[in-house]
Amino acid sequence: MKPAPDHQREQAAGPGAVRREGTAALGSTAVSSTLAGNDDREREAVLIGRILAGERELFHDLIRPYERGLYLAAYSVLLNQADAEDVSQEAALKAYKGLKSFRGSSRFSTWLMAITLNEARSRWRKKNGEPLDCLTVDEDAGDYTPSVLADWRYIPSQALERKELRQALREAMARLSPEQREVLILRDVRGMNVSETAAATGASEGLVRVRLFRARLSMQKLLAPKLGPMQFGKKPRGFMAWLARKAGGE
Amino acid sequence: MAGPEGWWRMTLRMRLDCKHVWAQVSEYIDGAVSGEMKEAIERHLANCRHCSAVYDSTRNILVLAGDERTFEVPVGFGERLHERLQACIDSRGSDA
Repeated sequence: MKPAPDHQREQAAGPGAVRREGTAALGSTAVSSTLAGNDDREREAVLIGRILAGERELFHDLIRPYERGLYLAAYSVLLNQADAEDVSQEAALKAYKGLKSFRGSSRFSTWLMAITLNEARSRWRKKNGEPLDCLTVDEDAGDYTPSVLADWRYIPSQALERKELRQALREAMARLSPEQREVLILRDVRGMNVSETAAATGASEGLVRVRLFRARLSMQKLLAPKLGPMQFGKKPRGFMAWLARKAGGE
Repeated sequence: MAGPEGWWRMTLRMRLDCKHVWAQVSEYIDGAVSGEMKEAIERHLANCRHCSAVYDSTRNILVLAGDERTFEVPVGFGERLHERLQACIDSRGSDA
């Protein structure tokens, strides 16, 4: 399986809470991810060779680690479960039929995600009759004012047990532009790096960074007011309460 | 006279205002800022509860978004995918 993004790994390692640790720890995890990534790549190269040599059933093993990624990539464009599932299947079949054309210059997962996004965009165009996006548009990061909220250093891991929180996250994601949603899903949900995300989406790395910036802070802006500490049983006090009142227009 | 880069470094040493921190928060989460910028951001976060909350909330929302429970694949998705693949593999014979 592909390693989880750093922030997911931290959650798994923490005692039921996520807190700020700075970015110093990311370096060592990046090295271990690279080593794991190289092993995966070698394993996949061997598998692909065997499939092309006639052991076709091994394609199941090749694609199994990316089932969820296929679905999420398709869903990021279509926002519809049934369409996303159908497009995932189409993309997997296309990858199987076109495996000979995979040259190994990128990771197999990147190639697969690119096929899936193209299939999903094509489905979108068929249903809506208009282009989904324009990759040449210069997206200015622009000014951004995040939501004011109180102390967010800790989130109980039990929070995700709540359906309404998961629903709020999905709704916030649905309000992003399709381009922002694609990069957020690939980078922050799938754990692909910026370079792989750029290759899969067909955008430059710079554009991926801009979209990621806008997507992440839009999520913060959309979700923070709904998911403040009051939702977890704590009320902001003192200076933070004053800030929250100011943000509310008092 | 300091060039643009020197001016920027001096500014970083002095202080970042909140807008600078917001503009860098995504890159900071990714560990993609320079050493000097990282230090300046961390100095600012240590002294600004507002930006500290913005940073923590952004990072924690990403953690929640990345949790498998947030975006679940439909029940039976894997089985249906492999069934369809198998049908394709069977129908294509040796033409993989």
